[in-house]
Amino acid sequence: MTTSAAILPAALRPRHHLSWLGVAPFFLFATLFLILPTLNIVIGAFRNPQGQVTLDNLGKLLSPSIRSAFWISFELSLLTAALGCLFGFLIAAAITLGDLPRWLRNGILTFSGVASNFAGVPLAFAFIATLGRLGFVTMLLRNWFGINLYGSGFSIVSFLGLALTYLYFQIPLMVLIITPALEGLRREWREAAESLGATGAQYWQLVALPVLWPSLLGTLALLFANAFGAVATAIALTGSSLSIAPIVLFAQIRGDVLNDPHLGYAIAFGMILLTAIANGIYILLRMRAERWVK
Amino acid sequence: MTGKRIWPWLAVVLGGLYFLLPLAGMVDFSMRMKRGQYSFEAYRIVLADPQFQQTFGYSVMLALLTIVLGILLVVPTAYFVRLKLPGLRPIIEFITLLPLVIPPIVIVFGYIRIYNTSSVLPLTGTWLGTNLLLLFGYATLALPYMYRSVDTGLRTIDIASLTEAAQSLGAGWARILAVVILPNVFVSVLSGAFLTFAIVIGEYVFAALLNVNSFGPYMVWMGGNRAYEPSALAVVAFAITWACMGLIQLVTRFSRFSTVRR
Repeated sequence: MTTSAAILPAALRPRHHLSWLGVAPFFLFATLFLILPTLNIVIGAFRNPQGQVTLDNLGKLLSPSIRSAFWISFELSLLTAALGCLFGFLIAAAITLGDLPRWLRNGILTFSGVASNFAGVPLAFAFIATLGRLGFVTMLLRNWFGINLYGSGFSIVSFLGLALTYLYFQIPLMVLIITPALEGLRREWREAAESLGATGAQYWQLVALPVLWPSLLGTLALLFANAFGAVATAIALTGSSLSIAPIVLFAQIRGDVLNDPHLGYAIAFGMILLTAIANGIYILLRMRAERWVK
Repeated sequence: MTGKRIWPWLAVVLGGLYFLLPLAGMVDFSMRMKRGQYSFEAYRIVLADPQFQQTFGYSVMLALLTIVLGILLVVPTAYFVRLKLPGLRPIIEFITLLPLVIPPIVIVFGYIRIYNTSSVLPLTGTWLGTNLLLLFGYATLALPYMYRSVDTGLRTIDIASLTEAAQSLGAGWARILAVVILPNVFVSVLSGAFLTFAIVIGEYVFAALLNVNSFGPYMVWMGGNRAYEPSALAVVAFAITWACMGLIQLVTRFSRFSTVRR
């Protein structure tokens, strides 16, 4: 096939339908394995077993056991998101503004990449080995400092234990997201503020935080969704002894509990709703944040 | 001024304690199987366990297949969207973000409802169907990472010129994608691939709910039935995550090097 360069664009044009063929597998795949399954759940949440439209399933979410599961999940996600943001911010601020050696800064960023992906079953095992009844830190505290952790009511299989474990992937995620935003704070802004007589606290209150708050709040929302959807860590850590929403849904799907698929649909719909709102907030605030940090 | 210098170190040291103690605990616990001495006994038992070999091998295989499927799905799509169909970009970006928004447990729940034995496409009824469904599920989870990395790679090369050059030499679309485009974005594809590998290798929820005995469910079973072996497994999993992230850093550094040279 010898085509001269002059007629090439014309030769390209009739093949335009070919590029639609090129993206067709993607759309087919996304429809079959992402969109239809999700729609099936959402529609199922509003249908009764006879196929009629109903709000009964969502009403069942208000039953005490389900409501408390959602509430614990909500508290757990919000607490770990807030603490993750706070500690992640402090670490990110330390490595961007704190004059730390460069190797330490790079090391922390690399480690954050690893730790934010080290979630799930192995993370739960690491915390059981550390803060479990015979864990490393539990024994250390008992033998060296005479502190009996489990005697004081602590248990790794508890709300507090789960929160401590979740922070292991929440804090690094915050570090990874907020570090670029902190790097976007221009040195001139600080110098300008100082030359106008502002103290450090005034600079943060009047300049830095107003610029950063969309990033901070957006990341809070992202971390919330991140914790809310986490299932494997919780199951490996607590079995099913702590009733949080994803674990209740897991048990529903397995059919361990009363087998009512439409209640399962409703729980799943509740989870989608919360994570979608949280992610929506994240995306909106991120767009706002990018106006400043360029 | 010295007061200013102390707080960053304080933050890093306290953070370091929180992040290193569980790693120390995990390593310490994994080596305490023999009373009164440190040993690699737990590792020896785990590595010799045929269940471990089988589930781990299966998960590695599945992760590799997920990467291949991800490349096949994402590279042509990102290429045609950049070259011919820029109007589709927002839709595709939205779709590839969805797996991060919808909790995985909800997606797999949808699979079970749509593809169960009494449905039009009863994938969960057969061994092959179930494994395919798991593969498709993992490819869905990998979409955000694969798409982002491939799209970033495509941005750095001039795909319009490359395409015209290849076409004037008589190459068809499949050939252009496989021989011209893919090698040029290979480094970006690799970083998406390593991330996918790290996510898939120990995944639990999809596998458990589809009743597939992969590495994730095996780890949970060990966690419920053994004392020291789970820590050894956690060390292995952590090492794999490290290796994947390290390789990503390595290939990105390599790509920066090659761009500078060009």
